[in-house]
Amino acid sequence: MGAGAPGVLGPRPVAAPARREGGLGGRAVALQGFPLPRQPPRSSAGAAMEFAELIKTATVESVLLSGAGLPPVRGTLCITSHHLLLSSRPGGDGAPGSVELWLLIRNVDAVEKRVQNLGWYQPPRTNGSQRDTRLAGSSGTITLRCKDLKVLQLEIPGMEECLNVASSIEALSSVDSVMMLYPFFYRPPSLRLEAGWHLFPLERYYQQIAAQTSQWRLSSINRDFSACPTYPPAVIVPAAVDDEALRKAARFRQGGRFPVLSYYHRKNGTVMLRSSQPLTGPNRKRCREDELLLGTVLDEGERGFIIDTRSAQAAKQARMTGGGTEPKASYPRWKRLHRPLERGRPLQESFAKLVDACNDTALTMDRWLSRLESCRWLSHVKAALSTACLAAQCLDREEACVLVHGAEGTDTTLLVTALAQLILDPGCRTLAGFQGLLEREWIEAGHPFHLRCARSAYSHARLKQEAPLFLLFLDCVWQLSRQFPFSLEFGEQLLLTLFDNAYASSYGTFLGNNEKERCLCKVKESTHSLWAWLNEPGEKKKYLNPLYSHNALVIWPSVEPQSIQLWQGLFFRWIRSSEYLDEAWAEIQRLVENDDTSVEESAGNRQSQAPSDTAAQTENKR
Amino acid sequence: MAASARGSRETCGGAGLPRANGGAEAGPRAVGARRGEAVTAAAMEHITTPKVENVKLLDRYTNRKATNGTLYLTATHLIYVDASAEVRKETWILHHHIATVEKLPLTTAGCPLLIHCKNFHVAHFVIGQERDCHEVYTSLLKLSQPVKPEDLYAFSYNPKMSKDNREIGWKLIDLKVDYQRMGIPNDYWEITDANKDYEVCNTYPPEIVVPRAANKATVIGSSRFRSRGRIPVLSYLYKENNAAICRCSQPLSGFSARCLEDEQMLQAIREANPGSPFMYVVDTRPKLNAMANRAAGKGYENEDNYDNIRFKFIGIENIHVMRNSLQKLLEVCETKSPSMSDFLTGLENSGWLRHIKAVMDAGVFLAKAVKDEKASVLVHCSDGWDRTAQVCSLASLLLDPFYRTFKGFMVLIEKEWIAMGHKFSHRCGHLDGDPKEVSPVFTQFIECVWQLMQQFPCTFEFNERFLLEIHDHVYSCQFGNFLGTCHKEREDLKIFEKTHSLWPFLLQKKQEFRNPLYRGFTAYKELQPNTLPFSFQFWCGMYNRFDKGMHPKQCVLDHLLSCMSQKTKLEDNASELENKLPFLDGPLTTEACSLSKMGSGSSKTPMLNTPQDYEGEPAPVLTNGSMVWDINVMSDVDQKNKENLSKHQDLRDLKDTVGVLDSEAKDASAALISSEN
Repeated sequence: MGAGAPGVLGPRPVAAPARREGGLGGRAVALQGFPLPRQPPRSSAGAAMEFAELIKTATVESVLLSGAGLPPVRGTLCITSHHLLLSSRPGGDGAPGSVELWLLIRNVDAVEKRVQNLGWYQPPRTNGSQRDTRLAGSSGTITLRCKDLKVLQLEIPGMEECLNVASSIEALSSVDSVMMLYPFFYRPPSLRLEAGWHLFPLERYYQQIAAQTSQWRLSSINRDFSACPTYPPAVIVPAAVDDEALRKAARFRQGGRFPVLSYYHRKNGTVMLRSSQPLTGPNRKRCREDELLLGTVLDEGERGFIIDTRSAQAAKQARMTGGGTEPKASYPRWKRLHRPLERGRPLQESFAKLVDACNDTALTMDRWLSRLESCRWLSHVKAALSTACLAAQCLDREEACVLVHGAEGTDTTLLVTALAQLILDPGCRTLAGFQGLLEREWIEAGHPFHLRCARSAYSHARLKQEAPLFLLFLDCVWQLSRQFPFSLEFGEQLLLTLFDNAYASSYGTFLGNNEKERCLCKVKESTHSLWAWLNEPGEKKKYLNPLYSHNALVIWPSVEPQSIQLWQGLFFRWIRSSEYLDEAWAEIQRLVENDDTSVEESAGNRQSQAPSDTAAQTENKR
Repeated sequence: MAASARGSRETCGGAGLPRANGGAEAGPRAVGARRGEAVTAAAMEHITTPKVENVKLLDRYTNRKATNGTLYLTATHLIYVDASAEVRKETWILHHHIATVEKLPLTTAGCPLLIHCKNFHVAHFVIGQERDCHEVYTSLLKLSQPVKPEDLYAFSYNPKMSKDNREIGWKLIDLKVDYQRMGIPNDYWEITDANKDYEVCNTYPPEIVVPRAANKATVIGSSRFRSRGRIPVLSYLYKENNAAICRCSQPLSGFSARCLEDEQMLQAIREANPGSPFMYVVDTRPKLNAMANRAAGKGYENEDNYDNIRFKFIGIENIHVMRNSLQKLLEVCETKSPSMSDFLTGLENSGWLRHIKAVMDAGVFLAKAVKDEKASVLVHCSDGWDRTAQVCSLASLLLDPFYRTFKGFMVLIEKEWIAMGHKFSHRCGHLDGDPKEVSPVFTQFIECVWQLMQQFPCTFEFNERFLLEIHDHVYSCQFGNFLGTCHKEREDLKIFEKTHSLWPFLLQKKQEFRNPLYRGFTAYKELQPNTLPFSFQFWCGMYNRFDKGMHPKQCVLDHLLSCMSQKTKLEDNASELENKLPFLDGPLTTEACSLSKMGSGSSKTPMLNTPQDYEGEPAPVLTNGSMVWDINVMSDVDQKNKENLSKHQDLRDLKDTVGVLDSEAKDASAALISSEN
């Protein structure tokens, strides 16, 4: 951070033509000596012109910024194509102003404005140096509610200005075209554009699996996204099923998401598959290829489990709209288990209600507990963990193969498959392994990030596609990290950063809804990868868990309500002070670093205590 | 789904208590002989069946197959030995810890016996023969609630400690030294022996701290106007600005009564803090309760009658509300596989966290009044021994880092709870008595401390286990400290002659109670906790303490403690080499060997009683935050030996952790695979 040089703000004057006298001059002063957190975009003139139309007011002076936990600060507000900046005015000694706010406008979830005609009234919060003449009669307050749950307030002198700023932010924050988003303009000098995009090649991961067992093969059937538009080009399928059969099976599954391998449990050779619902429909249609595909997964006499993330009734009802579930008669060796998980609108509402309750500091204990209960967020966490445990248990304990699906197979399905892998596979619990897991099971598997994360908890717009499934996943991972504080190589900070970046980012990693879209937008060619940045040595340090020591075992969490906690680090990030907790982490770091030898010693001890898993352990030692 | 090695830690159902008896490792095999000293005739005559075979112990949370084993009744403990486990597994329950014993209706498997403990352990046995079950049941009823105080464990507990050491143990905490630390006596406050024959108040200690300006007549006069004679006395003096926290019981004001001496007393307290023109009088009861008391000739201070007081109610509910609240909370904790909603609704309906917040809010109010407003505060409730004790001790803890050390916390409990007459015996139900007197007042205080630990992880010298251990011993009656209801009663019971003090015993085990994140005495001064509702968490480690499956599966505390002891060990080795202490190869080694036994180490305790123990000044604090007396207590040899022991313990715990790790999918997967609905 702070690498940028002053004067590189070239494109901004184009993007933000000064409309008011004094605006330009004020900006020039403010921009002198900015410690820039990031280099601003090298935008094309065309895009810049488009943004320019959205920006009604580019700079406003004497804006008072306040936000939870920070002392209010006054400065000059600038609106650029992608950022909102506030720089405090240079002090009396001629020191350059400093940037107090550098907010990605994409991060703004909701804008609330309140204007008042003050007339004679002088705002009470001015501290002596107030000498604004434009305060003639009115002012306004803009409340920015951000997707990362932060809430900021801007007090803007002049009603018109205030309204202009508000509508500019609203317009810029709701630009919907993927290619207009900041990642396409962001060019940090320290990173190479192509770095990070090929850290976790899916083909290689699947090839490794295919090499270990003769029953699976890598298929290029989806090379051109023709079999399934939301699958990546590389998929791994049973060796006994040819591409033609796959194509037919794809037609029998919603969105073409035919059953593919998600995880191979090396310990006993069982596999976890995922798909979307079968299109049985009201006439109970069947598809021989689909039945064959699932049939070949199981050896002679073996039985598998289908975990349907909808209730039995919901699955039955889906038949009316052409969907459905695998009937016993057609899939005799698969036993179906229904574990309903919330998604879509109810989940989004749960999230919004929880955040609402967290922000209400006037609640009594009883009201707080009652709202915590009625928002049901923790129930969703418990349900997600329980279902993931069930899948993991089927694989590890019952030694049976598992197929997971809901309806589309892009939401709760991925939640379950990703969590189950984290529980089972120590390889997913390292920093690199976890990034690989996200890449594989969320991004390439086609979780529609662009739709799901378009809005966060504050937006009261009519939401259709938004749902915080990825946040729910991160919350579950946090629960695992709390119950197994030594077993994940990464800490809470990584989860927070992922949450932030999924909703608004300078990086291209979470852009689009699937690989096909990312290909069309040339995301990998034109944006930076989040992983490249996270894995820079200086940055990486922040995300590591000082207590980590490799644990080859399966980590079975407790899902009793007493064991599940509200993730305060996320939901109260901007509300409570974390000073004392940060000190505790620093202290832990200090203690552990002084004691590296004993960590290894005790880690060794831990491992040697697991005779039953020695096989898995040696396998996993890399 | 084999029942694997999970939870061999359950062995110490008695939370470390049995170990204190010297080698629990021996197990019940040696019970009869080894416990010879503890066996009193009274206890023995209640035991009709000392051993019952074919007893099952059900696990509350899993569908795991019940274990099969043998149940033993000793004079002090119920011991269950699991015969079906590969590793010997024992569950110990101290009779005094038993809150209720219930015989449930006969099932095909046998006769169920449900035991609820005061430390929130719940044991569900199934005994094959109904006759056996009944005998165990009747024995336990008698053993768990003795009628005579002499039958309490403390009077028979004999850790084979010399008489001298025992006496020194009782002198470990000297409240006078704590008052000295506050600068008392000074120009405004004095320690008086006005109560030496309990003339002023029979539930106060002989020595009390009152304003110098209050003469004998004022004290006596005021005592006649206060419920049970509990006059305003000093609890804590904030040296920086002379603001004081004082405590008393409610005034006998009725609707209009006044008392000149009492008014003088309050004036004297206010004037002892010349920096402030007023003082607060805080009634910790809800206003309605206080008003109702007026009809009985009691009540609260009339602001018109006292000069410059600001009167304030803080609505903390009474002991009966708290008892019922805990009951509801425990029902929630015991619910079998509750949904998230069940749990949260139950938690809300219990009101427990609301009460904890009320106590904390009151403590914060006091601390702010003293520190920010520089005003003295007089606190009372009805009798001034429950809510008042909670609130005063919490405020002291917030204001003064000394009370967040091992020694300071012991002083705080001795001062605000034991000496000032919190009726432990009644509130904890030590003896067969009125169940309406039982209330978790002290438990709430301990929980408030835990809540503070969650918010300020580096500010306490001790860890959660220390709190749990103290909580255990408040109920265990193994040590004399918490017996009886007040100082006078403890004198009458001769506890100082006949029983042992808990504190030296705890200091012995200091290594395992240490907070590895403690940043030392000077790192933090006053604490200002966040008291928004979300800052209060359900304390699983207390109320579901014996349900290990619910706890984090890897223990950070154990790991950090082992890191730490490793470090101290290295440092010790270094200093050993440097100093070449002459007595290294002397007779000390034998003593060091017996260190695990109670008492041997406390021969060094006189060192604890030097004045500098209590010095609040940074001077005696070493860089690592430990105070001089730490170093004095144990010679290097002792220290090292202890470290080895605790290290050993850590390793064992680690192994256990591992056992838990890959055990069956326990809670998560219990009954997950059921037929499709």
